[in-house]
Amino acid sequence: MKEDILLKVTDLKASVEGKEILKGVNLTVRPGEVHAIMGPNGSGKSTFSEVLAGNPAFTVNGGHVDFHGVDLLSLSPEDRAHEGLFLSFQYPVEIPGVSMVNFMRAALNAKRKYFNEPPISATDFLKLMRQKREIVELDNKLASRSVNEGFSGGEKKRNEIFQMAMLEPRLSILDETDSGLDIDALRIVAGGVNTLKTANNATIVITHYQRLLDYIKPDFVHVLYKGRIVRTGGPELALELEERGYDWIKEEVDN
Amino acid sequence: MNSLNQYIDLFVSNRPAFDAHSPEALNRLRQPALESLLGKSLPEKGDEGYEKTSLNDMFAPDFGVNVNRVNVTADIAASFHCDVPNMSTLLGVCVNDTFHPAAGLEQRLPEGVVFTSFGKAAEMVPHILEAYYGSLATLTRPEVALNTLLAQDGVLIYIPDGVTLEKPLQLVNIFATPAPVMAVRRLLIVLGRNASATLLVCDHTQSAATDCLSSQVVEIALGAGARFDYYDIEESSPLTRRASSLFARQSKDSNLLINGMSLTCGTTRNDYSIDIDGSGCDTTLAGMAIGSGSMHADNSSTVRHLAPHCASRQLFKYVLDEQSSGAFEGSILVTPEAPFTEAFQTNRNVLAHPDARMHTRPQLEIYNDDVKCSHGATTGQLDNEALFYMRTRGIPEREAKVMLMQAFMTDVIDTVRMEGLRDRLRHLVEKRFAGADAFCGECHTTCRKKSPENE
Repeated sequence: MKEDILLKVTDLKASVEGKEILKGVNLTVRPGEVHAIMGPNGSGKSTFSEVLAGNPAFTVNGGHVDFHGVDLLSLSPEDRAHEGLFLSFQYPVEIPGVSMVNFMRAALNAKRKYFNEPPISATDFLKLMRQKREIVELDNKLASRSVNEGFSGGEKKRNEIFQMAMLEPRLSILDETDSGLDIDALRIVAGGVNTLKTANNATIVITHYQRLLDYIKPDFVHVLYKGRIVRTGGPELALELEERGYDWIKEEVDN
Repeated sequence: MNSLNQYIDLFVSNRPAFDAHSPEALNRLRQPALESLLGKSLPEKGDEGYEKTSLNDMFAPDFGVNVNRVNVTADIAASFHCDVPNMSTLLGVCVNDTFHPAAGLEQRLPEGVVFTSFGKAAEMVPHILEAYYGSLATLTRPEVALNTLLAQDGVLIYIPDGVTLEKPLQLVNIFATPAPVMAVRRLLIVLGRNASATLLVCDHTQSAATDCLSSQVVEIALGAGARFDYYDIEESSPLTRRASSLFARQSKDSNLLINGMSLTCGTTRNDYSIDIDGSGCDTTLAGMAIGSGSMHADNSSTVRHLAPHCASRQLFKYVLDEQSSGAFEGSILVTPEAPFTEAFQTNRNVLAHPDARMHTRPQLEIYNDDVKCSHGATTGQLDNEALFYMRTRGIPEREAKVMLMQAFMTDVIDTVRMEGLRDRLRHLVEKRFAGADAFCGECHTTCRKKSPENE
């Protein structure tokens, strides 16, 4: 494990529509690590991922996020993406009329422009699409359709990992990627994530259940409750939660 | 103020000149037009059917009319080059309201096909002009009567029975004038039995610093089994006003497609009145408006089902940015004589700016039980979730918005049955949304230059 830090979240507070959801989150992620964030419903797991990605619907009320030396919270969502942040959505959005090809090309070329590189050639782009599609066994037919339009739940999640493969992020946040997946789809999606794992990138897996963690092995497991990380442990913590539920943690915190 | 009066005065004091320059078919309707205008005024904002657009205001400046048919230099026609890839057209240019065929046009038209000025048509096919001119346009509407009163020429397109015109016709309307002018435009389209043709009309304004008014009446008569595609793209200037009234009548088994696109304009009012007068007809009426600045686009449609077993679809979409405004009033009428009608109408609008305004009023009048009809209208904003999703993938906000607006217009563009034009339109719409001046490619005119007031 390297000493350099990829993501350092310090006392992050955020609200939506005037209601404070995150009440001081602290988290440090180093390259090569997989972190799981678990917690009961309504604890702020999805808010955490949306705030990191820069969803304008959320207001940051305090704290700081350092992303490999960059002040993450000062960046637009698009620049966060260019700097290497990727959010796999719990509910990927359907965009009728925007083809996957145009969508991906716009995303890729925006990143290249950000780093003063010329646009990718059509041949290289199609080659890249083909390579990355195979990682998650995404059908060519889906790649030629409108973004997520008419995709099944599993196809949408595979499409998220496909996009992740195309963009090669330094930090991926997978928000409830296992929700709505049958066991085969889960295996494909997790397999894709594991294939993309390197010593230089990191993953934050947000999940409700231990199930996904059988496939994507975490180095650290955090429990988010009432807007704070209240407990951190190794993979065994996830198993304990699976067995005992969240009530014992709630009691500890609430008392 | 009644803005009709100045034009009636102009006509009365120059009547011999009007008559001298025009075919008899036009002159014959002047007296009825004049009589129908007496004591009337042009519709005001708020009048039934004109909720958001005042024709009286549009016609209020004392626009000049080219009474004496002074020939505006045809150089403009020569220098105009509308570049639609994969598409070569049979081109005619209308400078203000004077028609100039492109070089060699007549030789390129198939035997019997006419695409020429009324003046020439009166010599070539007098019976067609006599039979159809003014046969559909109703004088009860003051703006139509005024056009009929002042029209001295126009363009006739005639496709005889059984003739299929493979190449599309293209009519480019250009304003080129140093002083404020009203172009009195008249378009008459007659397709015989089983005839087939496509027409692309492009409106441009070369004199962007001058106030221009286009008063236009279009009549389309389709014979049994005829098929006609009419594409009308307006890319004029902020100072251009356009009041266009289109009348179509479909005979048995005919197929009509109309797609009107207001890409840039000042104030535009398009009226569509379609009579489906024979069984087995198919009708598509589509339109879009892309608003920015202080643009105003108003489409009003009436589709009348007068015969059984016909299908009609209406699809109008608006994206309005900045202080622009839009209006849509559409109606479907199904008479007792039209059982087994399928008629649909959709109007969807996106307001891309808090100052933009949209007025919509869909109407359905059905006097028959055996029908399948629906109508619906929605006005909303761009999908914020989609926008955020795209931004998290690195697509900049502005570009993401452009992609979403472009996507929103996809189904209107998809009604276009000419592949080359469809591609071109996608490109034009994308450029328009991206903030660049959309214009037809390698055009050597200067119609895209902004007026000094807008700089």
